[in-house]
Amino acid sequence: MDLTFSDSEAAFRDELRAWFATNDPGVEPSGDDAAYAWRRDWQRRLAEGGWAGVHWPREYGGRGATMTESAIFFEELGRARAPLPANVLGLLLAGPTIMTYGTDEQKERYLSPILTADEVWCQGFSEPDAGSDLAALKTKAVKDGDEWVVTGQKVWTSGAQHSKWCMLVARTDFDAPKHKGLTYFLMDMEQEGVEIRPLVQITGEPEFNELFIDGARIPDENVLGGIGNGWKVALTTLMNERSGLAFFLQVRLRQLLDELIEEAAQRGLLDDAVVADRLGYLHMKAEILRLTAYRGLTTIEKYGTPGPEGSLTKWMWSETNQELAQFAADLLGADALTAGNRWAYELMRSRGNTIEGGTTEILKNIVAERVLGLPRLKGAA
Amino acid sequence: MNFDFTEDQHEIKKTARELLGSRSSLAKVRAAAEAKSYDDGLWKELVELGWPGIAIAEEHGGQGLGAVELAILSEELGYAVAASPFLATVAAAEAIGVAGTPEQQARWLPLLASGEATGTLGSVDGLVPDADAAAVIVLIGEDGVARVLSRAEADVTPVDSIDPTRRAARVYAPPTNGEPLGGDSAAAVDRATVVVAAELVGVAQRALEMTLAYVKDRKQFDTPVGAYQAVSHKCAQMLKDTEGARSATYFAAWAADAGVGGADFLAEASSLAKAAASDGGRDVTASAIQAHGGIGFTWEADVHWLYKRAQVDAAWLGGSGVHRARLARLLAARLQPAAA
Repeated sequence: MDLTFSDSEAAFRDELRAWFATNDPGVEPSGDDAAYAWRRDWQRRLAEGGWAGVHWPREYGGRGATMTESAIFFEELGRARAPLPANVLGLLLAGPTIMTYGTDEQKERYLSPILTADEVWCQGFSEPDAGSDLAALKTKAVKDGDEWVVTGQKVWTSGAQHSKWCMLVARTDFDAPKHKGLTYFLMDMEQEGVEIRPLVQITGEPEFNELFIDGARIPDENVLGGIGNGWKVALTTLMNERSGLAFFLQVRLRQLLDELIEEAAQRGLLDDAVVADRLGYLHMKAEILRLTAYRGLTTIEKYGTPGPEGSLTKWMWSETNQELAQFAADLLGADALTAGNRWAYELMRSRGNTIEGGTTEILKNIVAERVLGLPRLKGAA
Repeated sequence: MNFDFTEDQHEIKKTARELLGSRSSLAKVRAAAEAKSYDDGLWKELVELGWPGIAIAEEHGGQGLGAVELAILSEELGYAVAASPFLATVAAAEAIGVAGTPEQQARWLPLLASGEATGTLGSVDGLVPDADAAAVIVLIGEDGVARVLSRAEADVTPVDSIDPTRRAARVYAPPTNGEPLGGDSAAAVDRATVVVAAELVGVAQRALEMTLAYVKDRKQFDTPVGAYQAVSHKCAQMLKDTEGARSATYFAAWAADAGVGGADFLAEASSLAKAAASDGGRDVTASAIQAHGGIGFTWEADVHWLYKRAQVDAAWLGGSGVHRARLARLLAARLQPAAA
């Protein structure tokens, strides 16, 4: 057991910090389009510096970093208060999935523009009637010559309005069992038949969208991983969803907590027993999250598969982030309830944390079934 | 960055699990608890294996291994809910080993390492485990200063605690008796605190495993109760609490060995571990009783030994509230230089 970083890991962190010190993304501009352009430019700078695909293998233009280095990258990105790159879904989800299942032609065609944010990706998985039960999705793709014609509806599609491509899972066989009749497509968003409607969330922002697909066409060569193999390919995407990001979120949580401690100090409340107890509690939870994330990293690096702790960090993070925002409201009173205040924003935005990327309830099911080996309830899949 | 045990440490854990599985079954724990006695055969065997001295320096007759190895054994003894003076003895040895004067170390550590004597560590306002039979008592006063007392210098009143698998006592000594630890009392207590946290992790792990076995087997409405989300989600929570406490405890054991970051680093790590393990140990063992249903509330089922051990351990050297308050003080102190 050695919880210090090796010389090469420390050197990696130093190099990264030096780069961030001279590459400041500046302040996020207001307005959705401007904010997107800002994050796209930021990704281009990262790509020019060789930092866009840190965890990608070198053969695909990445840095070939170890998992620990990748974790360090996301920690430092958070610490620099820099935004996630515009094409985060491409970098974290689409890229690795294409590397796993793509043909040589697909890798050649799609990977490079992901790194540079020349082509941004969105994720077309969830549907109005297929959320946690993703395999129940109904969007259908019907073969027409050497093309597929797609009809259906997707939802929670973050960044669709800026995306060139969509990781689309659709049903291609209606007679097969629900997990077996799915196919994973790489769908061009720039075509008739794809309509994007912004979906305003409780913060008032349109972070994600509804996607209405009516007769959109996808050529055969844009099937990823084979027809009928969509569930397996989709799971690869979902497995990647929780990787490096955990370290970015962990650092952001820490920063938020440190700011709250500062707020409490400025109000002279650190000696208040109730405040101290809550801050001590949140500090404990933030540290448990950080340490458990590192334990999970060691398990994957050393044994190749995640341990029991690997399925807990998203749950820990989302719960703690909500508790933190809620305590901020207690501590700061009216300020935290005033629209436009950053803590007021956290109070609303954090509610999404236990839903996005897998609800806490589904995470508990996964822990119960796959980690603890408990029996599955009849009817639930 | 490597958050895993070495091969040797994995081997220690595996060996301890196997040995205690055969030598300290729950039937034996029950027999010792109901007779209000200890499993003397088990203690003799642990002594022969050198367990009490695992983290005591070789010059004092120990094995000279570290806080991580000690935490591993403590966790496994917690997993077994072993009826043994091990934990109290190593807690005293840890404190004397890190903060005792050379004379205190020379006088007590060889006795503790060889198992010729047992020791304990606790505070004047709490229950002190195994104090009646201990040759040496490290007693933390209301001012936080720890004194080293021989048994004769202490006023020990045995108490039947709620945990019959371990003996408890109230301890008092007039200020003139014994002598203070030579070094920093807080650092000494921090090391002992990690050991208690490790036992709590083991207790929680056992409670989780017993619960999983039960809810997979027990059927109601023709379905194993573990299939119901009201039960399975409770089990998931038990895993989360156990693993969270484990992360914090292993970190603290490593911090005790690594000696990095100064006294505040270990102070924070040990309070983190004890806060997490006290909450986790109590919550997980309480959930174990609940998930066992009516059977879990009976004397006949074994889950109550775990619940009782967790309650007493959680309070020993400060419950989670005490440690959260300390964490907040450490956080505030960190802000001071910035403010000045």
